[in-house]
Amino acid sequence: MSQTSGSNTLDSRLVVDRGDFRLDIAVSVAQGQVVALLGPNGAGKTTALRALAGLQPLTAGHVHIGGQTHTSTPPHLRPVGVVFQDYLLFPHLSALDNVAFGPRRRGLSKPDARARASDWLERVGLSEFAHRKPRQLSGGQAQRVALARALAVAPTLLLLDEPLAALDARTRIDTRVELHRHLRDHPGATLLVTHDPLDAMMLADHLIVVEDGRIVQQGSAATITAQPRTDYVARLVGLNLYRGMGAEHAVTIAPGFAITTAEPVSGDAFVAFAPSSVSVHVDQPSGSPRNVWPAVVSGIHSHGDYLRLRLDGPIATSADVTPSAAAQLGLVPGKEVWIALKATETRAYPATFGE
Amino acid sequence: MTRASGKPVSKPPLGLVIPGIIGLAFLVLPLAGLLIRAPWADLPGRLAQPGLLAALRLSLQTATLATALCLLFGVPLAWLLARTEFPGRRVVRALVTVPLVLPPVVGGVALLLVFGRRGLVGSWLDSAFGITLPFTTAGVVIAEAFVAMPFLVIAVEGALRGADARYEEAAATLGASRWITFTRVTLPLIGPGVGAGAVLCWARALGEFGATITFAGNFPGRTQTMPLAVYLALETDLQSAIVLSLILLTVSVAILAALRDKWLTAA
Repeated sequence: MSQTSGSNTLDSRLVVDRGDFRLDIAVSVAQGQVVALLGPNGAGKTTALRALAGLQPLTAGHVHIGGQTHTSTPPHLRPVGVVFQDYLLFPHLSALDNVAFGPRRRGLSKPDARARASDWLERVGLSEFAHRKPRQLSGGQAQRVALARALAVAPTLLLLDEPLAALDARTRIDTRVELHRHLRDHPGATLLVTHDPLDAMMLADHLIVVEDGRIVQQGSAATITAQPRTDYVARLVGLNLYRGMGAEHAVTIAPGFAITTAEPVSGDAFVAFAPSSVSVHVDQPSGSPRNVWPAVVSGIHSHGDYLRLRLDGPIATSADVTPSAAAQLGLVPGKEVWIALKATETRAYPATFGE
Repeated sequence: MTRASGKPVSKPPLGLVIPGIIGLAFLVLPLAGLLIRAPWADLPGRLAQPGLLAALRLSLQTATLATALCLLFGVPLAWLLARTEFPGRRVVRALVTVPLVLPPVVGGVALLLVFGRRGLVGSWLDSAFGITLPFTTAGVVIAEAFVAMPFLVIAVEGALRGADARYEEAAATLGASRWITFTRVTLPLIGPGVGAGAVLCWARALGEFGATITFAGNFPGRTQTMPLAVYLALETDLQSAIVLSLILLTVSVAILAALRDKWLTAA
């Protein structure tokens, strides 16, 4: 563990050969930054995370965490905390003892470790569940205990493997917002692995898209959404996402402009919808409780068997149309069109939790 | 049984039913015979025989000590087999199961050759520490452990393979060394498997006959366990043999009842 230069909390190049598959990516995370490793199943995301935790030996490359070389440090000596996909809470220990396990191993006395665990359970709002066994916790509660357990060792690098994948849709929204808050508060570096673009965009400052063991694109959510460089990225991150003020079934996202949503929300809220759910018309469409607004085509990019339109108007929007529809409608940059969006195609959820 | 409910049931063929019933009778009839021929009237008096109690106590003590010995060495062996890779692991695994199929008498002879006074290890134990194992109570324990340990190792190895090794990875990321992980995470996880293996091991040790009589002899109060006492009684006093057998049968049934939830419901 020698001192290395470099300002990033995590600086790594991960090369892992497994049969025909080769993972070869460089991942760096700055102090306080949240980076998402985004990609389809089998892209090597989890392998990368396991390599950083020391659970998967590297074929080549290096791992520097907090200025120390940890390339071949065994997992129990790395300054790392991991939230596993299915949490892996020890079934024979209570929630409190699960969280106290890490601090105890890192030298705290039993009472001190329990005090710290108790403190962390309070932070994730689970004080009253401290003495429950994992099987007596709901999915969302287990996720929060797993997060508390990983954070209780004050890791320099926090790793999360599909932290929300095991949750049902409703729990997922609440947990995502809460997780966002904890990741913001975490002083160290955070790397999360996910196949869900919404999780990645909401939780991370910086996205790294991995396909087939290689990085295909990286940058902020805005950059990647605006200029996807592969079909996969376009489909994956091509999500229209806005933040605004919700009241009943409408979220105001620009002065005088609101989106009607199927789910009621109030206060600070997000609205998201896929480009494929946006329909484009030459004439103003009529009827039914839809969102309809005028827009101007500002860009057209080809992505495999469909075209992605960039549309300006009260809000900037992406829409996917087939090439034949684009020809039929005469869509060229500068063309004035009408946009229609069904309320049922939108997803609305609070941006802050419990406030 | 409940699995079949709701489905149309066709009659099972006689070609299977009749041999099946004969097989069942073959297993159950001897036990019934034991119960029918038991001298129930003077049972309390016979149970109070001094030799019987000594044999029973010796059996329980040696079987328990043998189980403890098996746990001490068998659990780590099972862990090595289940969790590590080393050259010849498959051969080692096969070797572990040899005492399962080996005639116990042969095991006893083999033990004599190694731990006997002139044996490979025995002569060293004798000269260095003045310890002799054959024909002692310690020898009984050794013989029972030799025969019973594979049961424990196989049960624990199965439990280890069934347990999710990722819990051990989670423990490692929380700062636990492999030893701490083993004691704080792995052992509690496989606890039921170790318990079942220990009971099975204990039952096998309790019934041990061939290796015991070969390696430890048949000295009342010192090496004469229940199975040996049954065999000896059979030559002189049939009624006593039946009473001793009844006691062993009771113990076996009690073990089966204790394991019921774990094993029988799996069928």
